[in-house]
Amino acid sequence: MKTHNSIFRLELDNITKEYPGCLANDSISLSLMPGEIHALLGENGAGKSTLVKTIYGVVSPDQGDILWNGKEVSIKSPSIARDLGIGMVFQHFSLFETLTVSENIELCLSQKQLSDIEDLPHRISQLSEEYGLDVDPSRYVHSLSIGERQRVEIMRCLVQSVKLLILDEPTSVLTPQEVAGLFNVLRTLSKEGCSILFISHKLHEVTDICHKATILRGGKVIETCIPTEETPASIAKMMVGDLAEQDAGYSKKEGTETVFKATNLSLTSKHPFGTTLKDINFELKAGEILGIAGVAGNGQDELMAIISGEDGRNVKRALTMGRLEIGHMHPGERRKIGMAYVPEERLGRGAVPEMSLTENALLTHSKGFIKNGLVQWQSVKEYASELINKYKVKCHGEFSEAKSLSGGNLQKFIMGREIGQSPKVLICAHPTWGVDVGAALAIHQALLELRDQGAAILLISEDIDELFLLADRMAAVCDGYLSPLIKTEDTNIDQIGQWMAGTFINTADVQEAKA
Amino acid sequence: MIRIQARTEPSNIMKVASPLIAIVLTLIFGSILFSAIGKSPTQALQVLLIAPLADSYNIGEMLVKMGPLLLCAVGLSLCYRANMWNIGAEGQLLAGALGGSAVALFFIHSESVFALPLTLIAGIVSGMLWAAVPTFLKLQFNSNLILTTIMFNYIALYLLIWAVHGPLRDPEGYGFPESAIFADSTLLPTLFEGSRIHLGILFAIFAGFVGWFILTKTHLGFQIRVFGADEPAARYAGFNSKKLSWFVMLFAGGLAGLAGVAETTGPIGQLTPNISPGYGYSAIIVAYLGRLHPIGAIVAAIFMAVLYMGGDLAQIEMGIPVAVVSMFQGVLLFFLLACDFFINNRFINTNNQATN
Repeated sequence: MKTHNSIFRLELDNITKEYPGCLANDSISLSLMPGEIHALLGENGAGKSTLVKTIYGVVSPDQGDILWNGKEVSIKSPSIARDLGIGMVFQHFSLFETLTVSENIELCLSQKQLSDIEDLPHRISQLSEEYGLDVDPSRYVHSLSIGERQRVEIMRCLVQSVKLLILDEPTSVLTPQEVAGLFNVLRTLSKEGCSILFISHKLHEVTDICHKATILRGGKVIETCIPTEETPASIAKMMVGDLAEQDAGYSKKEGTETVFKATNLSLTSKHPFGTTLKDINFELKAGEILGIAGVAGNGQDELMAIISGEDGRNVKRALTMGRLEIGHMHPGERRKIGMAYVPEERLGRGAVPEMSLTENALLTHSKGFIKNGLVQWQSVKEYASELINKYKVKCHGEFSEAKSLSGGNLQKFIMGREIGQSPKVLICAHPTWGVDVGAALAIHQALLELRDQGAAILLISEDIDELFLLADRMAAVCDGYLSPLIKTEDTNIDQIGQWMAGTFINTADVQEAKA
Repeated sequence: MIRIQARTEPSNIMKVASPLIAIVLTLIFGSILFSAIGKSPTQALQVLLIAPLADSYNIGEMLVKMGPLLLCAVGLSLCYRANMWNIGAEGQLLAGALGGSAVALFFIHSESVFALPLTLIAGIVSGMLWAAVPTFLKLQFNSNLILTTIMFNYIALYLLIWAVHGPLRDPEGYGFPESAIFADSTLLPTLFEGSRIHLGILFAIFAGFVGWFILTKTHLGFQIRVFGADEPAARYAGFNSKKLSWFVMLFAGGLAGLAGVAETTGPIGQLTPNISPGYGYSAIIVAYLGRLHPIGAIVAAIFMAVLYMGGDLAQIEMGIPVAVVSMFQGVLLFFLLACDFFINNRFINTNNQATN
């Protein structure tokens, strides 16, 4: 067993992990000092997730050593990682909505840890105050916002006296104001000697808060740099290689005739913790991108479901496409008259994980591929490989299963498939969520190209920068209300941020809605 | 401590090894079992597993059992692919037998060439109707399909018993609860002289290929597969779940009905209260053993038929009690399914890790 005196909290030495057909990590070495905030950057499929899962004991490496405080350790499971003092906050939270904060935290503690802590709710309040987390142990998780839930996840790590905190894209679900709060917490933790490994796609955040950054590409370490000495542009270049183009400012356009319209759309949520839509009105015009901002869980999902028809309830005249009322139509009928839809969940909804890309191409795009009820598989196959080439989808071929693709590559494929139907109206949810810089750029350009061909695009995103980049007009949702629509050039991040917090909601309306 | 952990990806080695391990475990268990009741294990295993395939007569009888199993299993495979939990193949089979027999008895003095086709069609339609009621209840009132199809199995069974005691009883049958023996014009032709292999078995194999064709070549089949693999994706794509539900249920009901009418017009030649030794239930196992693939179902149906046949032979030739035979069959299926568990899961030793 290797042991040597080391000043590092964590050292990775030549970690290699190979999946069938893919070298996810290719002798990666990395080290973290106590108190260091270290960014892990890279495109999707660069191997970041595999690497942090290795550290957290979810994945076991084929080769290489992990040294914890200078001692070689074998982390075979997350519980071992937690015993060492490694905590991780995943992109998707693992909290029980019907339990309180305190109960949720208790669930993941071992018997020993529980007996060490005399009064857990008290300990939580104490830590909450110490780090400014503002977490009330007695509240039920379903009543918490996404930002608060994230803080519960962080709290869960703090209770276990974490020495290394791993955060997987922590800011993607937060309002700009909440991000600032999170960064304060991270800075306090770092001052107390807790190391932080921070995965992000938002480069300005990395230059803001991180002491060091490691950039991965194709499973290899490409560069280690000090972010404060770099610019977001220079880091982006390292991530995607020399060929990278940057998202430049795009020109804004004004839409022409109205092709899609929501009129007085109100709908009670089906789900007990869902959001009820309240009197939503908007017009979507041909040749424009309408961006809808909002913190997750403010009615976006419900709005998408009712627009796409997946909700299944008849809203009659509240939705029209051109002159046609579509409120009663099935999703399939809406597709037939020119609606396409890119959902938030790529795997499991936008694509069937166990099916090949060819089959997934047929999923929503059957026009022209069916003769007498028979699938023309050869043509579908050609179409799939056309999509793969056009959108530079990294995969082994059109026979690859959807689940074998990285998130960004699958998203490019789905986006291409939906655009390939030349839709009149494209509904697009969080198109670049968790997608690397290169893929995001390709997706942005595809959207703009479609807009310029005269399609109407409804873009729902939590990424405010992306909305400002792409949208011609904007609005925000909060608690099921939709703000007024405004031209992007006539507004700014502050105003939209306030709208996301609900300042546009007329209190009289709320009274009325409650009555 | 030993714990079970989900594998991150299915093990390819276990996919191949799992049935082999299951067979070895069953052979070991079977040897102990037969030794315990004082029978020679080698002879018992030979009779159970090899004898059914040993001569042409036995193969013929085995295929006679395979037919209805396969017809039901093909339909069920499609149902389960589409997340329609149809447990009612048995009832649909009995309904097919009943409806078909009523028509066959109508033609009892006829030599018309239409007699057999009409009888078969009546069987198919009866099976479809029997599947249609639970389907309607599910789609209209969201009733539990598993429960309604099971209940319909009992209704079909008692309706059949009533029929053979009442309206369809042979008036010259000395009061036995059986119908008259059907006229030749309504009997399925046998394929080989001196064997009971009848046309229904060809229907069954044909149905397997039709099922395969639907699943892999048609858009409808594609939609069924998407439904089974990933329901949110199917809803996202806008597939009409009602249409698909109706299709798979009527398809399965029709095939099960055909299985029923092919039994009465084939090897049995009349309607009796016990035309099915539970084919419709065993077909559920066949469908899963065949991994819900219609071609897989052909292999699995042969396998199940061998077990049935071997069980009969073991009783006749060795006097092994029927309960022991059922137990042996149950154990084999248990091991098969248990070993499948290790394709996606594995044992880990947690003691080892704590010391690290």
